[in-house]
Amino acid sequence: MTRVDTAYWQEATRCLAAGEATLLGLWGEPDRVHMAVLDTDVVVLSLDCPDHRYPSVGARHAPAIRLERAAHDLFGLQPDGLPDTRPWLDHGVNPTAYPFLPVEGEGLHQIPVGPVHAGIIEPGHFRFTADGETVVRLEQRLGYVHKGIDHLMHDATLEHAARLAGRTSGDSTVAYAFAFARAVEAALGIAPPPRAVWLRGLMAELERIANHLGDFGAICNDASFSIMLAHCAMLREHVLRCAAACFGHRLMMDCIVPGGAAVDLSADGAGNIRSLVDAIRVRFPVLVELYDKTASLQDRTVGTGIVSAELARRFGAGGYVGRASGRDFDARRSLGYPPYDRLRFEVPVLHEGDVNARALIRVKEIEQSLSLLEQMLNELPAGDVRLAVEPGSSGEGIALAEAFRGDVLVWLRLDAEGRIDRCHLRDASWFQWPLLEAAIEGNIVADFPLCNKSFNCSYSGHDL
Amino acid sequence: MLRTLLQGLRSPVTEPALLAALAADLNRAAQRRLGRGLSIREVDAGSCNGCELEIHALNNAFYDLERFGLRFVASPRHADVLLVTGPVTRNMREALERTWRATPDPKWVVAVGDCAAGCGVFAGSPACIGAVSNVVPVDLVISGCPPTPTQLLQGLLALLSAR
Repeated sequence: MTRVDTAYWQEATRCLAAGEATLLGLWGEPDRVHMAVLDTDVVVLSLDCPDHRYPSVGARHAPAIRLERAAHDLFGLQPDGLPDTRPWLDHGVNPTAYPFLPVEGEGLHQIPVGPVHAGIIEPGHFRFTADGETVVRLEQRLGYVHKGIDHLMHDATLEHAARLAGRTSGDSTVAYAFAFARAVEAALGIAPPPRAVWLRGLMAELERIANHLGDFGAICNDASFSIMLAHCAMLREHVLRCAAACFGHRLMMDCIVPGGAAVDLSADGAGNIRSLVDAIRVRFPVLVELYDKTASLQDRTVGTGIVSAELARRFGAGGYVGRASGRDFDARRSLGYPPYDRLRFEVPVLHEGDVNARALIRVKEIEQSLSLLEQMLNELPAGDVRLAVEPGSSGEGIALAEAFRGDVLVWLRLDAEGRIDRCHLRDASWFQWPLLEAAIEGNIVADFPLCNKSFNCSYSGHDL
Repeated sequence: MLRTLLQGLRSPVTEPALLAALAADLNRAAQRRLGRGLSIREVDAGSCNGCELEIHALNNAFYDLERFGLRFVASPRHADVLLVTGPVTRNMREALERTWRATPDPKWVVAVGDCAAGCGVFAGSPACIGAVSNVVPVDLVISGCPPTPTQLLQGLLALLSAR
């Protein structure tokens, strides 16, 4: 955490715009703005804003635009020079009055979708401009599930804050709890017991597999290939039942806490996980073969919704979105946090950047996760699973965890009583949602559900 | 493709006794109550997405909601039941109200999850209005964080049996 002046802030902005570093996050508090930058390491730059303004990063580096709009909504911080000053998370008193971008052209029509969507899915608004069937522009409007997490974090006890962090995005509750716990531990300078570190890895990989299986089925379902969803949903159900049997909760909420793990692996847990790994290894390849050999399905997914390598690089897009477009970043490998620094695994990368590539990255990552589960079970040491956390000095901590959809960043500051002063949680989706707008351009409207599902961005994680 | 289809037919999914009994009760209640099925419109009014995952699971082969004539519909105009999740955020209030008004009578509202019941961990946030019952009338609350698919089925059975 480095306090910088305006000149340094602007030089960092120049580096980001020139592609010499990657923006990992940008957030505010009442009188200060921070940005996290990835160069060789992760660095947090903090700029005091005594008059509540700072030089806009988004004015020169597009990935920062929505982050700055959000920081303005939440803390009133004014980004000088930002061209887009529309509120983002704050829908105000009149929620339907939002100035979408103007449209000019012959024979164009608009299709508004949401916030309530047709399926069982989170709410958001998509404003399509179409020329016949072809999407000319997609403009998103998010913030519908903004719950005020930054606000609730201020003055929260560690216990309550951990529960909040795990409910930023329920499908990534383990990854969020993991990153939150490590940020607290970094702030306090403590380390969890070894057994807890491995348990965290087991939970994280179970969560990854469950989501990837569900997504793979759902992507095919959005191309009307519902038999895949039927089978994948069963496999996902097996994973959730295994998680419940091993750790007491199907989604493993509240199982990772600062200081270690709140629960130990059940007595038959290891056997349960091994059986699950065997079952998926038998059943899933058959489904992948079906995917590969169904020409009408391939026709929908190959060449659809392409994200260019340049956009993925510029936005620092993580997860399968980035890795399907050539960006070789996985927090487990690139930052090597425990237990992954002791494990053998590959990070699959593809370059086509289409729906098919994002689906195949998930397939390959499931294989890797199965291997990781086995390695972790073989290495799992005995011992305590939780260290008592003593409130101590105030301090800042930062940690990243690779959630199933990409890297989640947690930054926090503790006060002297051990409560949260400030906590910011940055979902992977901040750097993926904008790329969906680019990916759908030139595709037909009917391919939007397919593209959207291949991204599976978080609404709740994004909206805070 | 054919192999996969046949495999599904030859070895159907089995389930523990509790779920089978619940399934039978739910079936009888649905038939008695309406002589047909129930159409459900799901509305996420601010949830963390955890409840949505478990609601999705109702459609998998283990829980198989549709065998009771319960199904999810795309439009509130086709719905008998609104399944609402989340501590209603200020930003979702109007959408929830409009969806409720668009649902023809008779209709029932089920608040799913601790947040929909009363804000859950988000209690005290200025961005949240609170329980779903603060915005639309609620007929049933199914608590949990999130409620499991079995708890959801039990809740829907309670709804059907009570009317």
